[in-house]
Amino acid sequence: MVDRIVTGAHYGLRDWLIQRVSAVIMVLYALFITAYALSQPHLDYNSWTRMFSSDILRSFTLLTLLALYYHAWIGIRDIVMDYVKPAGVRLVIHVLVILALLLYVIWSVQILWGM
Amino acid sequence: MNNKRPKFLALHQIRLPLPGVVSILHRISGALLFLILPLLLWMLQCSLRSIETYTQLSEALRHLPAKLFLLAVLWAFLHHFCAGIRYLAIDLQLASGLARARSSSRWVLAVSLGLTATAGVWLW
Repeated sequence: MVDRIVTGAHYGLRDWLIQRVSAVIMVLYALFITAYALSQPHLDYNSWTRMFSSDILRSFTLLTLLALYYHAWIGIRDIVMDYVKPAGVRLVIHVLVILALLLYVIWSVQILWGM
Repeated sequence: MNNKRPKFLALHQIRLPLPGVVSILHRISGALLFLILPLLLWMLQCSLRSIETYTQLSEALRHLPAKLFLLAVLWAFLHHFCAGIRYLAIDLQLASGLARARSSSRWVLAVSLGLTATAGVWLW
């Protein structure tokens, strides 16, 4: 029997999975929006806002943006862990990225439901 | 562990294989897209808020530097998109082996550049 000492924070598999699930959500949204835009004979302000007036599309958009922010967090965190070695600098960057993404969440809701 | 081993990392002398090129571009395009997120959100806001902000935005995007910037953003998105789909395919074991890794890398580069060029023609 192998006596294996398991160390680490154990978020690896969860993040790996979230990165892929969020990617699939964004792919579906990108294909949907592209297909919709191409199907419009004349894309202007009216058709654009009419599309975003539906609560289903607003929710789908917000879901995609939330997936995007989580996806961005995992990606940026990985890049920072690879290239930024001093713990203090790394901590500052991590905090700033998290704060920015949280503000983007609030901003996204304002954009979609405050129009 | 001996931490005094000599390191030799001359970036200009490293010649990445094709899948490595796709991989580092995936990383660079991802970082780029993250950095311009506030700008993209602001553009979405302008496009939805009112007919005035919508018109102002579309006027501003008519200029050459803005169009070139949009194309660069579009390439970053399309490369990240195509390379990401390639990684999903690799996870599903649809593109294993060196030959397929190389040919799928070539596809990613070609499709993202081709779609960017198509969008460029459509933009002008």
